[in-house]
Parts: sequence; structure tokens; C-alpha cells
Amino acid sequence: MSVLLAAPKKMIELTVDGEVVRVFEGSTILDACRMLGNEQPTLCYGDTLTPVNVCRVCVVEVEGARTLVPSCSRKVEAGMVVLTDSERVRTSRRLVMELLGSSVDLSTAPDALAYIEQYDAKPDRFGPDAATVVQDVKVDNDLYVRDYSKCILCYKCVSACGEDHQNTFAIAVAGRGFDAHISTELDVTLPESACVYCGNCIAVCPTGALMSVPEYEKRQAGTWDAENETVVSTVCPYCGVGCNLELHVQDNEIVNVTSPHDHDVTEGNLCIKGRFGYQYVQNRR
Amino acid sequence: MFGAGGGTSSYEELRETADLIILWGSNARDAHPIFFHHLLKAVHRGAKLYVVDPRRTASAQWADLWLGLDVGTDIPLANAIAREVITAGLVNEEFVARATTCYDAYRESVEPWTLDEAERVTGVPADAIRELAHAWGNSRYPQMCWTLGITEHHNAVDNVLALINLSLLVGGVGRHGTGLQPLRGQNNVQGGGDMGAIPNKLPGFQDVEDDALRAKFDAAWGVTIPPKYGLHMTDMFEAIEEGTFSALYVIGENPAQSEADQTRARKLLSSLDCLVVQDIFRTKTAEMADVVLPASASWAETEGTVTSSERRVQRVRKALEPPGDARDDVAIVYELAQRLGVDLGSPRPEDVWNEVRTLSPMHAGMSYKRLEELGGIQWPCWDETHPGDQFLHGRLWDNVVKNPAPFTPVKHSPPVDVLDAEFPLRLTTGRRLESFNTGVQTGGFSSPLHVGGEALLVSPEDGARYGLRDGGRALVTSRRGAVEAPVAFDNNLRPGLAFMSLHFPDLVEVNVLTIDATDPKSGTAEFKATAIRVEAIA
Amino acid sequence: MPDLRLLNAEPSDAERIAIDAVLGAGNGANNRTARDDRTKRHLLLPALRAAQQRVGWVSEGALGYASRRLAVPPAEAYGVASFYALIALEEQPADVTHVCTDLSCMLKGATVPEGAHPSPCLGLCERAPASYRTIAGEQPVEEQIPAVGPPLPQAGQSGLRLLRRIAAGVDPESIDAYIQTGGFESLRHARELGPEAVLREVTESRLLGRGGAAFPTGVKWEAVAKQQALPHYIVCNADESEPGTFKDRVLMEQDPFALIESMAIAALATGSSHGFIYVRAEYPLAHRRLQNAIDLARSRGFLEGFDIELRIGAGAYVCGEETALFQSIEGFRGEPRNKPPFPVEVGLFGKPTAVNNVETLFNVLEVVTDGGEAFSGIGTKDSTGTRLFCLSGAVARPGLYELPFGATLRELLDLAGAERPKAVLLGGAAGAFVGPDLLDIRLTYEDTREAGVTLGSGVVIVYDESADLVGALLRIAEFFRDESCGQCVPCRVGTVRQEEALKRLAAGRAHEDELQTLAELAQVMQDASICGLGQTAANAVASAIVNLKVFAA
Ligand SMILES: Cc1cc2nc3c(=O)[nH]c(=O)nc-3n(C[C@H](O)[C@H](O)[C@H](O)COP(=O)(O)O)c2cc1C
Ligand code: SF4
Ligand code: SF4
Ligand code: SF4
Ligand code: FES
Ligand code: FES
Repeated sequence: MSVLLAAPKKMIELTVDGEVVRVFEGSTILDACRMLGNEQPTLCYGDTLTPVNVCRVCVVEVEGARTLVPSCSRKVEAGMVVLTDSERVRTSRRLVMELLGSSVDLSTAPDALAYIEQYDAKPDRFGPDAATVVQDVKVDNDLYVRDYSKCILCYKCVSACGEDHQNTFAIAVAGRGFDAHISTELDVTLPESACVYCGNCIAVCPTGALMSVPEYEKRQAGTWDAENETVVSTVCPYCGVGCNLELHVQDNEIVNVTSPHDHDVTEGNLCIKGRFGYQYVQNRR
Repeated sequence: MFGAGGGTSSYEELRETADLIILWGSNARDAHPIFFHHLLKAVHRGAKLYVVDPRRTASAQWADLWLGLDVGTDIPLANAIAREVITAGLVNEEFVARATTCYDAYRESVEPWTLDEAERVTGVPADAIRELAHAWGNSRYPQMCWTLGITEHHNAVDNVLALINLSLLVGGVGRHGTGLQPLRGQNNVQGGGDMGAIPNKLPGFQDVEDDALRAKFDAAWGVTIPPKYGLHMTDMFEAIEEGTFSALYVIGENPAQSEADQTRARKLLSSLDCLVVQDIFRTKTAEMADVVLPASASWAETEGTVTSSERRVQRVRKALEPPGDARDDVAIVYELAQRLGVDLGSPRPEDVWNEVRTLSPMHAGMSYKRLEELGGIQWPCWDETHPGDQFLHGRLWDNVVKNPAPFTPVKHSPPVDVLDAEFPLRLTTGRRLESFNTGVQTGGFSSPLHVGGEALLVSPEDGARYGLRDGGRALVTSRRGAVEAPVAFDNNLRPGLAFMSLHFPDLVEVNVLTIDATDPKSGTAEFKATAIRVEAIA
Repeated sequence: MPDLRLLNAEPSDAERIAIDAVLGAGNGANNRTARDDRTKRHLLLPALRAAQQRVGWVSEGALGYASRRLAVPPAEAYGVASFYALIALEEQPADVTHVCTDLSCMLKGATVPEGAHPSPCLGLCERAPASYRTIAGEQPVEEQIPAVGPPLPQAGQSGLRLLRRIAAGVDPESIDAYIQTGGFESLRHARELGPEAVLREVTESRLLGRGGAAFPTGVKWEAVAKQQALPHYIVCNADESEPGTFKDRVLMEQDPFALIESMAIAALATGSSHGFIYVRAEYPLAHRRLQNAIDLARSRGFLEGFDIELRIGAGAYVCGEETALFQSIEGFRGEPRNKPPFPVEVGLFGKPTAVNNVETLFNVLEVVTDGGEAFSGIGTKDSTGTRLFCLSGAVARPGLYELPFGATLRELLDLAGAERPKAVLLGGAAGAFVGPDLLDIRLTYEDTREAGVTLGSGVVIVYDESADLVGALLRIAEFFRDESCGQCVPCRVGTVRQEEALKRLAAGRAHEDELQTLAELAQVMQDASICGLGQTAANAVASAIVNLKVFAA
């Protein structure tokens, strides 16, 4: 039997905040930080997605580099000296959160809210007239809503819908600059678009801009009860692929379905049946 | 396949290693969407994809080459590929000599299938067949995947054998990275087979007619298992017709709607003395039942295990309280036993599973704890130190092969329901992405994709020829019955071919049209090849 | 083709014919076999441009047809189309005029008439105020207005190197005229020398890139030459959109064969078999003359083993950033990539690529003819050769000047006739303002770097006493806000906040810590943006605040 063996990976040594760490060649600075238990803030980084390094909240200082570098995508090099908490880094992270917080509704974005707190960001410093992306919620189907007032343009939904996972390419970034936004072709509604309602975009959205209809409606009605939610993992009842499901249950009712990112059958992805096809068990109630 | 029935390789091998993937009669993009994610990663990595399907399906649109054969001509195509692989000297001679038998007979059997002859019979251009044959013959890690397009025919088993033959020819099985993957249509068809819910096997694919094996079960259960094979669903229907079969206990199936030639199926079901239906819904079959046992949804309201297409056993868990009087399947069966006078104690799914582990060696190592920790385990898993096998039949690559794999010559047998002047169109059936089987479950959510799902799809050319209108309605007639359906034109169909899905029986009862010609070996019906005619309805 | 759901609308016959003219015939799928072909995406922008030129906008039908022909998902095609200012996604009249409202034209009193579109710098600053007109149709018209500018200020002078032929008035459309004035001698010589020797000469010349980043050309070429991955590409960056810059246009319009020749040398040295010239859309005369030059050079056998393709932009400054330029050619949105990896390793189509500015490539001819050592003797130690300067604004003789490195700003301004400047913008919108106190600065890389300013793309815009500097700052802020690709937060939102703050300052409604906020924005945009656009978007504003004390109370 012949099995091709990949060349063994080299180890690379670098310093992060004074601590020496060894990681495999090809790792990112973020990987190295995590080895040390030194977690970095990230918004556009996704554990199952190709880094797009656009949010810039994860930037760190690398000795000798002219600018700060994104830790989520920058590959380690031997002898690198990295600072994750210098004044320069903190200033950048704080201002990035202020820029986001002043232009986007972050009320359902737990990570972003935590970073605002952590870096003592003051999004209101730009005054009440600062331009925002506020707009109407797009409710155009019974499965999920899109509230782009909450969109930080992290590109994760686009990557998930595109080549990283779903390969449906129903959404892309359109427009340019501050007008750049997530869009279907010609901004048509989802039912007119190529969307197949796999919900793999919802699964990676860090801000709640994409939200299932049950969650959206419960939040609107004030009956959303995240505190008392239980999560049970099981297997999808439909085809034979064997996708793992996590059923999010509030008050004996399924409110969301996700799949674990670290399960190698799905990498967190599902199809419309797995993600939204649970309603029938509830209809019997 | 050569013993235990299951896909021989894993998704991971397909994703990371395969260099050639054939999807034969499978529209995995829609029917097995997450499997298709793995496949697309392979395609993006540079693996070649060939799709054999009468329709240019969503899957076919990703293919390096799509081959649009006539419905029911899979064997001629496979045999022609084999002949070309042989003629071009691309056979893995060493493997064939060491690990297979009956090669000469096979070679002779494919001899008549020249490229030109195959083109004449299948409709696929000879060049395309040659290209596929050479890709297959030159691939280091080929993967052959199929679904109902291969198995919903009157000669289903022969179709599968034709594909297995192709794999043997190139040594495409039993090695890491290459294999055969029959994609399972339902979340636990594989598990049903594993557990012996087939007429000829006990749990763990242990043969019913093997005395020693049966004795093991007899001893464990304190019963005497009849020493002969049971009946397939199709055999059962025949037995009902012959009057030798009078009671039926149906668990989680809906034969009143899912069986081919429905008119006949319902007539037979209603002639039973006793019909017991255990289901989570009041299905059409349940409506005909003498007793209905309300069950809980196995994946969200009970504990247990299921087995996926890649033989991976995984845990299902209870997240919700079942409604009303519904109870889980284990509880129902135990209660029934009690009423019949056997006390099995108080049921716990884990106890049942541990009993399986003592009786089925290939499940022996799969404790609940390990299933949890490892995120599922692929069988066989012989003991609690065994990680489970990613691929099967590695023994075929041993220096001395004890049980060589046989080639099985197979003959072309065209669809039973022939096309003629009266019924000139070939209707084939299939799945749509957002729906499932008879739609009992998927009908429950409000999918924007359901719209128009029950339509009869025809090529624009046929639409014009038969005076249909895109968006209009048609009367669709087969030799068995007629239904009305909305019409949609589809550019991915060629003239002569029509398509309907099975998911919306309440809107359009497609199975009134289909033929119940079944495969004597597997009992599957020929859903894929019906002769029809269409007329516009004003 | 992947299982794309395509737009329903059909293209009109005119749109179909225009797109087919770019894409050729279909791929022969029939009802028995078909292939997925995802290799043609790089023709997306040419296809969209064809529809735009034919009917004046890209309709749903045209967008859908281009998507279908190229197997590009419609949502992505829409994302690409909506990225470019010159692709209209709503119906508009066939005849459209884009009026420059940018820095130099502002100084010449540009106004936008009813119905016309305002535009960033059109690269015609020496003839400001300028505009660009497009008339869609079967024979589409594209005009630069005014059609001709003032004569080359140094016309007739000897001693010019890069401008030699232009100053002598050599016919730019005649390959014979080019050959008679020494054309293709460098290429012949390079072929005699062989790739390694050419690389050595270029390295020895210490030629630095003229596109703005001043990277050593020899180092870049050697890095590409030694890459294992094949093919290698050579790309000429002729997107010239830095406000105030027009040098590359003059070179391409007036001496196009020289660019083709220098690219052939670059290809030889870097082992490239294919080259692209990416020219901004607003340079129709350059398109025509370059295509003519490519065709003639090819037919005369000067391009053996090497092919050059002309690619035309569609109105996006950021596409001048080298990796955004690759994205644009490949048929994606012009969003810069994070570096590393650098283009020499992972460039166009993911392959090793040498990307150079037009002026840089012109210098290569001199290097090969004279030898690297001789070339390095011109100019100063760290700035070798001559440099082109684009003079506009308050000067008597605006236009393109060539001077050896080392001349002072005052000498240059004297040549061009600038009376008592109040301020000079060096390097364009991404550059910096200097005040009268800095006029004796030597125009070299080292001197400008030391002074904290930049030569950038050679822009020199002169502001006299009457000029509105605050207006200029607002225009610069507006420019970056418009031209940001929108990918990264510091630039996408930072450019908006910068403009808002400047508007408040201009209107006398400033928050109390406004200047502090601007300084912090400048720091973070520079530190944390992905590309040079965001990194320099605050430079000019910051320099005006520091060097000119614009908002000093
Ligand atoms: C926003 C932006 C716009 C740019 N525009 C141009 C341009 O129009 N022409 C150009 O040659 N370089 C431009 N550059 C610089 C290129 O990225 C690159 O450095 C240059 O083409 C390299 O060529 P050189 O080494 O010959 O200068 C731009 C850079 C940025 C950040
Ligand atoms: S639901 Fe699926 S197909 Fe639709 S936009 Fe999200 S990722 Fe794309
Ligand atoms: S919708 Fe969500 S995932 Fe998509 S770009 Fe916006 S914030 Fe990111
Ligand atoms: S700095 Fe600006 S132009 Fe450059 S990548 Fe970021 S958003 Fe785009
Ligand atoms: S997480 Fe690194 S740039 Fe967004
Ligand atoms: S053309 Fe108007 S500023 Fe350059």
C-alpha cells in the first residue's frame, strides 16, 4: 500500500510579549498567541474560513515592520518579535472599535461589545452626526432576516456562501468604500436570488445581522431567553450524510439549529433541511 | 459489497486525496448537500469530477465532463468504459491477478461494448466515453459514488455490480483515498442494515442462514430464530396478493405514498387483516391502520445511535419532550413485548446498544462514551482500543488475498416500461434540495424553495412539441394511471426526458404513474424509468 | 458551469453582440455532454466594459449574459460591476461627460454643468480644467477634453532622456520612425546580453520604482526570475490615477513603442512569457496608440515568445495598487490583498509577477543602453537617473518636466514659472504639502524622506496666495472617502470620519479635540489599513495641519 507522506513540518520559534513560543511553520501569529493562552480580539477571523483580514481589530506590532500586522492571517517567521499589547496596538484596536461602534449597531454582537469594553473605546466621540449604515431590516422570507444596520462587513457570510463552504455565491460585497455592503445580484430579495437557505452565513455572522426568524421574532416580542437556553447535539434526521446538529432549545421549543465547527463532517455547515427543517416536530405539539 | 454493505471509504479521503470522482446517477448537490461540500473541496484542490446522469443536474454543472446517458443504460456505459480501459492497457493487472476472480469471464462479457455500440445505446458520444475511461484508467485515487439513479431500477443490483467491476479493474478499492461510496438517502438506512433490518442478515451483517451465528443470537435472546431469509417489502406485497401474508407492522414508513404503482399498493394494504403503524405523523398509511402507535421523533426526542453513509455511528439525543401520548420506539417495543407476555425490564437505549455490542463484533468497541469523545466511529470497530476503519477491504492489498473479490459480468436489460408511440416520453424522478422523500417532514417548514416543486419539468423543445406552456398545467399519463401537474420548462433536460420530484404527493401523486417492476435481488422499484405521454390542460 | 442561478433577463441583441465580440463563441455544450469552465473570469471586466460602451450602461440582461458566458455567479458579477465608477448599473444617456473637480482643475475654476458627472483627476492636469466624454454606440466615442494640451515645456531641448523622442516630435504611431530614432536597440542589446546580465545591469543601476513606493527594480526582477512556479508575469501599472499625475499618459501617448520595448526586456529578464498593461479607462488615446504599437511590434517580430495584452480599467484609483490591479485583471473586485505574500511570489493569477510603473520601465531602456553603472552616475547616490515631474496649478508653463535627481524644488518651480507659491503639494493626494520654507529641498528620495514628505508619483501642484487650501483638503478627504475600496475598517470608516471632522473645522463647528481626533485617525489609518490607500489617506491633511498650520486658531 502506498500512502504519500507530507514532508514533516518545520518548527518556528518566535517571541510574543517576551515569551518564547515554538509553532509549526505555516501557523499564524494568532495561532502562536493561542499556544500561549494569549487570546487576541478577532471579528472577521473564522475558525473554518480563509482569513480575509479586513476588520483589523487583531493587529499586533512586529518588530521591524513599518505598520501593524493582522495576527489572524500573518504567518510566523523565525525570530519574529511580536507585541500584542503595546500602546500602538491598543490605540489601533480602540479606534477600530470606535469606528465600528460609531457606524454600526452592535447591540447583538457580544464579541464586539466585549472589545469596546476591553479597550475602553468611546464610539460616541465622533458626535451624533457621524454617518452610520442604519437601514431597514430585510424580512423577505420565513427562514431568516438580514439586518445590515448591524453589519460590520466582515466578509464571513460571503466566504461561507462562497468557495470556503457552500459555493452558492448568492451574496457578495457590492459598492465601494463606505457604501460597500453585502448584496445579492442587483440587490434582489432572497427569494429572487440564488440563495438556497443553508444558513451557513448565519452560522458565521458575528453580529446578529443575520438571524433566524424565530430568534428575530422572539427578540422583537421580548421573549428571547438566552439565559435558559439548552443546547443538545444530535444527528440530522434527513439524508444519510450524518451531519451533527446542535439543537438550541428554549422552553421545549427549538429556536435555532447549528452544527459544531470542529466536527469534520460539517465544519459547522448544514443544508436547508438540517438548519430549518425541524419545524415538523414542533407542528405536532 | 463483498460481505458487509457500506461505503468503502470516507468523506475525508474523498476530500483530501481522491484525484478523480465519478458521481453516477447521483445529484448529491441537492440530495446530499454536505457530502457535496467535501466533494467541492476536492474539486477546488484539483480533483477531476465526472458526472453520469440523464439530466444535467446541479451536480453535473460542476463537472469536468457530464455524460447525459439515456435512462436505464448504465450497464452498457459501464461495460464500454471497462472495455476501453482494457483495450487501452490501463487495467491494474497486478491487482486483478492477485485480488480478484472471474476476470476472464468479465472481459469477455464487455467485449461487445465498443465505444460506438455504447454510443448507439446510451446516446453518449463515443469521445466522451473514451475520455472518462482514460481518466478512470489513469487515476491513482478514483472514487465511485452513486445513489438512487443507479438503484431505483428493476436491475438495481446489476447496476451496482457494473460499477464495482469498474473499481476492481483499476484497483479502486481497499486503499486509502480510493473507494466506492453508495450515498444513503436517509439518516439511518445504513444503520437499519447494520442492525439487521434486512431480510437476510442479523445485526452486524451476520447471515441468518449461518447456523453458528444464529445460535449465538438464539442463546442470547432465548428464542429460536427461523433459519431462513425473510421477505423484502416487495415480496411482502406479493405475499399479501397471494394471501399468505395478513398482518403488517410498519415503523416509520409511508408505503401508501412511497411505493411505486400506488393504486395497487393501497389496495393491498387495505386487504390486510391487521395493519399496525408506528409513526410520528398521521401518514396516509397510518390513516389506513387498525392500530396507530404514536412515536417520538428519533433524532430530537429520544436517545440512540444512527449510522451515516460513511459507516459512522453517531449519537442522537433527546432535546424535547415528545407531545401527547407519543413514546420513544424502544419504550413502545418493550411495552408490546410486555403485552405479549415477555418482560424485558425497563428500557434504556444505552442498554440496548450494549447488547448490540456483545452480539455484533463490528460494533463491539463503540461504547456511548467513545462515540461521544470521538464524534462518532466508523465501523468496523472491534474493541475499545480500535479507532474504527476509515476504509474497508484493505485485505485486498495483502500479499496473499484470502477472499478475493469476484468480477460479476452483468447484462444490459432496458427499462421494463418501454417507450412507444403512445408513451413517448421518459419520466424520471428525483429529489430536490429542500425537500425529502414524501415530504411529510419537509412539508412542515415554510421554505421559499418549495415553490413549484411539484411541477413536471420538460425541455422547452418537448414543451413546444406537445403544446405545453411554461407555467401551465398538463395531464401526465402512464400505463398505470394519470395525474395532473403544473409544467415548468427546464433547459437542463434534453428532448425526450421529463422529470418530477416525489416530495409533494398531496399535490401530485407521481407514484400513480411509476411502475412497480422491482429488482429481484434488492427489492427496489424502478422509480427512475416510466414511460409517459403529456397533454396540455387548458 | 457551477450550479449558478442566473438572472432571468435576456440581453438585447446589441449587448449580446458587443459581449460576444470580447468573449468569442460559446463552449459547445449540448444535451449529452457539457463542461464546467471557470477559467475565463478574467474577461469579466472587458465584457462589462463592452456592454457599457455599446449601450451606455450595464443592464440586468447584459450582466446576466456576461455571468452566464463566464460562469461567474451573478452576485459576484454585480459586486464587480458596482465597484467601478465608470460602469453604470442604471440606465443613463448614451452621451456622458465626466468633469474633473479635482485639485488642479479646482484651481482653474472647474464647474460641473447640469447633467454632467463630477470626476476625480483625469490625468489632464496640465490642461485644466479638463473633462472626459463617452458616447455609447456601435462606434463608441471616448474623448479627452481639451483634446490637446500645452506643448511639452522642454520641447526641442537636448539632454533629455525619457522625453527625448517626445521632445523631438517623433511620430508615435510609426514603428519606422521609432526604429530610426534608436528604437528596439535596447531590446536587441538585451537579447545579446541574456537575462542574467540584464538583471545585473538593472541591479547595478540602482533604479528605484517611479510608481510611488520607490522599490529597487533590480531586486524585484531578480526575485521573480528565481521563482520556481510558472508562468511568470510582467505587468505594467499604467493606472495612473494619483491626483495631479499625468506623466505616464504623456509617455504612452507620445512614445508608446518604448513601453512595449521595455516590457519585452522585462519579460526577458524575469523569464515571463506574458505581459499585461493595465491602463486607466480615461486614457483613450493611450489605448489606441499602445494597441497600435503592440500590433506593429508583434508583426515585425519584436515580441517573439512574449505576448502583451492591454487591459483597461473602469474608474477606480485603488486599482493602481498592485495587488488590487491583479484582482481587477482577474475579474474580481479591486480589493488589495494583504502582503506578504508579495507579488514576486504570489502575484497575478497567483503566479510570480513583476509589476512596474510606466516611467520605471522607460528607465530600463536607458539602463540597458548605457549600462547600469553609467546610469547610476546620473542623479545622486541614492536617487539615480532622471525624474519626471507633473507641474500644474499656479504655474506659467504647466506640463511634464524631466530633471536629473538632485535639482531643488525651487529650480523646478522657476523652470515652470511659479510666482511666490503659498504652498506646494508634492506627490499628489497621497503626498504632502510643503510651505515656502521648504522650497530649497532637493528633489531626491533621501532628501524628501528626511523632510517627512514624498516625491510619490512626481506630482507638483502649486498653490498661490489666492488658493483655497481648506477647500483642497476637503477635496482630498472626499477623494479618499470615494476611492476607498471599503474592505478594511480603518480606511472605510476612517476616511469618512476624517472628512466629517474637516467639514466641521471648515465650518467653524469643530469639536474641542478635533485636531487630536484627526491625528489619531491618521496614526491608525497608517498603522492598521491593508494597503497604501488607507495608509496615506491622512498624509496630506496631516502635513497641511503641521507644515502649513491650516487650522491654527
Ligand atoms: C492606492 C494606490 C494607488 C497606486 N496607483 C499607482 C499607479 O497608478 N501607478 C503606479 O505605477 N503605481 C501605483 N501605485 C503603486 C503600486 O502599488 C506599485 O508600487 C507600483 O506599481 C510598483 O511599480 P514601480 O516599482 O515601478 O514603482 C499605487 C499604490 C497605491 C497604494
Ligand atoms: S443561506 Fe446559504 S445560500 Fe443563502 S446566502 Fe446564506 S450561505 Fe448563501
Ligand atoms: S452580515 Fe454578518 S457575516 Fe456578513 S459581513 Fe455582515 S457582519 Fe459579517
Ligand atoms: S486601506 Fe482602504 S483601499 Fe486599502 S484595502 Fe483598506 S479599505 Fe481598501
Ligand atoms: S480578525 Fe484579523 S483582521 Fe479581522
Ligand atoms: S485632470 Fe483635473 S486635477 Fe488632474
